[in-house]
Amino acid sequence: MSAPSPHSHEHHPDAHGGAHATNYVKIWAILLVLLAVSLIGPELGIRTVTLLTAFGIAVVKAYMVAKYFMHLNIERRFVVQLLVVCLGLMTLFFLATAPDVMKHWGMNWRNESAKNANIPEAVHHEAGAEAGHEAAPAGHEAAPAAHEAAPAAHGAGE
Amino acid sequence: MVRPIATTRSASGVPTGRLAVWWLIASEIVIFGGLLVCYLLHRLGHPEWATYASHTNTWAGAFNTFVLLTSSLSAVLAHKAAEEGNGAKAANLLLVTCGGALTFLVVKAFEWTYEIQHGFTITANGFWAFYYTAAGLHGLHVIAGAIIMLIVAADARKGKELQRVELIGIYWHFVDLVWIFLFPLLYIAK
Repeated sequence: MSAPSPHSHEHHPDAHGGAHATNYVKIWAILLVLLAVSLIGPELGIRTVTLLTAFGIAVVKAYMVAKYFMHLNIERRFVVQLLVVCLGLMTLFFLATAPDVMKHWGMNWRNESAKNANIPEAVHHEAGAEAGHEAAPAGHEAAPAAHEAAPAAHGAGE
Repeated sequence: MVRPIATTRSASGVPTGRLAVWWLIASEIVIFGGLLVCYLLHRLGHPEWATYASHTNTWAGAFNTFVLLTSSLSAVLAHKAAEEGNGAKAANLLLVTCGGALTFLVVKAFEWTYEIQHGFTITANGFWAFYYTAAGLHGLHVIAGAIIMLIVAADARKGKELQRVELIGIYWHFVDLVWIFLFPLLYIAK
């Protein structure tokens, strides 16, 4: 929560002066070390390490900037809640649209345009395998044929 | 002189000016969040985008990350100086932050020039469309932040409206935060 500052100037009734005991240069140095790690990690060529060092460290860096530079650690709780709600809406957007955007067919629907647009061979096989595993409804029987037609769409604009 | 409401009222326990900045950031989270979620969804659905992403310059992106992190440091040090009532120091530190903004934009300009000359334009494919939209929108925020910072610094040098140093600082840290996520999405994941 906000702590009144002993150095607050007259226009600043709820200043963040109490935060300035933080060693900002030290925080900055840690952020730079994390940046270096996020660059070195992908060089190893291991997918899990790349994901952890690139995106995991991005989350840690963002947390540190928000906490120490934006002073969210001493900000009123409702401000933090406001921002968390917005992040939650972003997550909801992802979860609600992912089933449609990231798959090409489901139990009772097919997304032919996404399937035909610029799908590389690796995904063809994977998608075909996925179709085989599913207890596909009758409408899916035509799916392999549509797959074969897909290469014609390769190179088309997305 | 009548002072603006933003500097005299604190109905929620947070000064009105700072509360307004938090609301602005909340709306920005939805704007950038929506864009990044769309990118992520398409990236996961189009493995070939990794090939397109391999043409982005990781070192230019890393250098710009360094620049923005450093400019965030000068912004928070400007805030500290303002809290201590040292307007001149706060103004100088804001100018350092503006220098970071300018450096960032110059690097971006060189990057884009190279990419466009090699045919990687906004209409080349979905990846480049997202790349230019996301980086371009972020770049506009950098430009807006730098302009506002120059105005705040001019006042701060005269010892006026020092509370605004914190407000532009919070905004600038958010601009930095967005880039922290854009960097791995556009430059590292290949």
